[in-house]
Amino acid sequence: MVSPILELSNINKSFGHVQANKDINLQINKATIHGIIGENGAGKSTLMSIVYGFYQADSGTISIHGNKLNLKSPRDSIENGIGMVHQHFMLVENFSVLENIILGFEGEFIFGKKLEEAKEKLSKLCDIYKLNIDLNSIISDLSVGFRQRVEILKALYRGAEVLILDEPTGVLTPQEVDELFKILRSLKEEGKTIVLITHKLNEIMSLTSEVTVMRQGTVVGHKKTQSTNKEELAEMMVGRSVLLRIKKNESKKGEIIFKVKNLQVKDDLGVLRVKNVNFEIHEGEILGLAGVTGNGQTELLEALSGIRKIESGEIQIFNQTVSDQNNFLNPKDLKEKGLAHVPEDRQRMGLITDFKAHENLIFGYHHQPPFSRSSVLIEDKILDYSQKVMQDYDVRPQAPELITSNFSGGNQQKIILSRELNKNPKILLVGQPTRGVDIGAIEFIHQRLIDMRDKGVAILLVSVELEEVLSLSDRIVVMFDGKIVGEKNNQGVTDREIGLLMAGIS
Amino acid sequence: MPTLIDKSKVPWWVSNVIVPLVNLMLALFVSGLFIFIAGENPIQAVKLIIYGSFGYIEGFAYTLYYTTNFIFTGLAFAVAFHCRLFNIGGEGQAYLGGLGVFLVAINFSFLPVPIVWLLAILGSVLFGALWALIPAYLQAYRGSHVVITTIMFNFIASALMVFLLVDVIRDTNQMGPQTVSVPKELWFPMFRDITQLFGIKTRYSPLNISFFLAILASFLVWFLIWRTKWGYEMRAVGHNTKAAVYAGISPKRNIIIAMLVSGALAGMLGVNEILGVHHRVIVNFPAGYGFTGIAVALMGRNHPIGIFLGAFLFGILYQGGSEVTFDMPNISRYMFVAVQGVIILFSGALENLFRPQIESFFVKRLNKESSV
Repeated sequence: MVSPILELSNINKSFGHVQANKDINLQINKATIHGIIGENGAGKSTLMSIVYGFYQADSGTISIHGNKLNLKSPRDSIENGIGMVHQHFMLVENFSVLENIILGFEGEFIFGKKLEEAKEKLSKLCDIYKLNIDLNSIISDLSVGFRQRVEILKALYRGAEVLILDEPTGVLTPQEVDELFKILRSLKEEGKTIVLITHKLNEIMSLTSEVTVMRQGTVVGHKKTQSTNKEELAEMMVGRSVLLRIKKNESKKGEIIFKVKNLQVKDDLGVLRVKNVNFEIHEGEILGLAGVTGNGQTELLEALSGIRKIESGEIQIFNQTVSDQNNFLNPKDLKEKGLAHVPEDRQRMGLITDFKAHENLIFGYHHQPPFSRSSVLIEDKILDYSQKVMQDYDVRPQAPELITSNFSGGNQQKIILSRELNKNPKILLVGQPTRGVDIGAIEFIHQRLIDMRDKGVAILLVSVELEEVLSLSDRIVVMFDGKIVGEKNNQGVTDREIGLLMAGIS
Repeated sequence: MPTLIDKSKVPWWVSNVIVPLVNLMLALFVSGLFIFIAGENPIQAVKLIIYGSFGYIEGFAYTLYYTTNFIFTGLAFAVAFHCRLFNIGGEGQAYLGGLGVFLVAINFSFLPVPIVWLLAILGSVLFGALWALIPAYLQAYRGSHVVITTIMFNFIASALMVFLLVDVIRDTNQMGPQTVSVPKELWFPMFRDITQLFGIKTRYSPLNISFFLAILASFLVWFLIWRTKWGYEMRAVGHNTKAAVYAGISPKRNIIIAMLVSGALAGMLGVNEILGVHHRVIVNFPAGYGFTGIAVALMGRNHPIGIFLGAFLFGILYQGGSEVTFDMPNISRYMFVAVQGVIILFSGALENLFRPQIESFFVKRLNKESSV
């Protein structure tokens, strides 16, 4: 029987109302590569930040070699042999590799013997693990792959026995990924323990011996990698929600009114996230866009709604080009063309949570009549309107003067929906309409979307809830790694088929 | 670490009334200690402050005169802060505003008096706003932080004005760096003149009709921030830039607008000082009002009513403080600068020192009451 090197029991952690980790139990065996997989927001990174001493758990214990630890800061974790390589590197750009590694562990006031010792030790480590790093090079001259190696070397130098890597391949090229995997395997052979956090199934299958699946803050399963497969893991990751399939009639498709041609979009870091995407939506049709979070859906939605610049390709509304790489309409102009957008992140984008409900109910339409006349807001009209829509959309409590952050997630979402649907759009972009919304509100929101479809609106539904996409859409496209990897008519298609496409297996 | 409480459950009067009051009390307590250490009786000092600022009519007029200046600079800071811009350049913007007033008054004195007044107010608004425009542009389009640029622009303003006052617009009949005075008929009616209308004779005080301008400005700021599209958009950008972009609101445009309005309000201090008091531009007439305005706005929770109360409090301290230094030989003028400093410290920098404790105390009490 192998004794676990790292053991977590009953870890709980919440941020405000959000429980990020719920009763997590986890055992990691020595000299293994252990994968932790789950969608963004499943609580993987929070859990590992607790292990690394960044956050303190609300309850639960962490033990290493059977000894209970009291981790107050990353320093405590480092002393106990836990190292972490973050998704975003923590390096001083204008320092050399050596300077970065000894930073905080300089040892004495004036560099001298210690520095020579450090150099020697580091060269040895580089040799053993075939890291191939020149200690004197300046970080800003190094490629991303090498910077990551510096982070690994740093952790090893500080005596890490357990090395946590948070989404290590997100920023790497395929070649760099291969190199990284070689290094990780040699680390394992030398007896180090590696925890790999990722949402990519391929990495789990090719590298790990055991895998833990997380969903919505809980552990939903442990598997030996040999005895599982991508399909099963994908199913566990995405999960099945209790969603009922909504009753709907056959759609009455009309003309194509929204068209995306060869669209390419970059994220804030300049990484291409949407790669050559093509699709069109007909009048009176819901096009579902399925995919695991982080495969370019966010950037796609932002580009379509005018928030993010497009790199190349074009977007057409009623056969008229509204955006290409040279010109693009901003959200205000697009609204006037009949495009409405329910954003994925309602708290950070869809609402101003410090505003009163009535201020959010007109957000983005505040400059139009009847809400304002020659730039003066007409308080009475806004309040009357707010009363009426809050009743129509059953927003509770029905209090236009209440600060928006006091409403529950479902009611906040209804505030956004009522705002975006009430202006009779022709095209509706909807991102994660029911994320964090209670079941009663889910049904209501779904019904409203179907009603809009039946009125002839072209709807793009982006959701990571596969069940939701299947339930609402007339046609489904699947996005993986920035590309559309498949299109299915939603008749007789199974969640298994879509799930495979979502996992990038085609 | 204090326990996290649900912010939404904190009643408005706790965060907007109780917390500032507690901070003020603490500041006064610490100030009392200073006075005690200096060898004077703090209670006596409080009596003198109250007498000095309320006890006789000229004293009260002085209090309101100081209040006028603090309202302008407090409003200036608050408007920018609603867009989450920390404009600490009120001092320089006020200085340039004064120049605007003077130039209008000198060059347009042939027009009817009320029209010159209006133009002079516009001059102060324009010059103050323009002085804020460069930092605003740098923040909006280049990302240079407005705190850095506005404070540097205070120094530039100071150097520029000294240059102008020494070499360009100096009254050549004078040795000092100051301009000629503006024509007498343009001087704002003083408090003394108004009381005289009612047959009451009072001695000189610098209070003038600019006080009403300050009240009008307070109302206009309230209207702008809470009743117009522009205020709505500025607040949206200030609270959540990402959401503002989503709704089609341009953060760049609103940063510029907020800073222009802010600079304009600071510039209006020049109206009070030039048309009301000095009748000419003198070196360093803003005298720190721009900086104290930050504390006034923070104490007043960036709301015109709060700013009025904060400005009035600082008016009392300025006027009452000078009374104290007059009567108590151990208390120097600088001691009162220190007292103001303590108040700024407690209501500005240390504003959140006891906030979590006070808020959670009230939230817990209210929860208990409601569950009983």
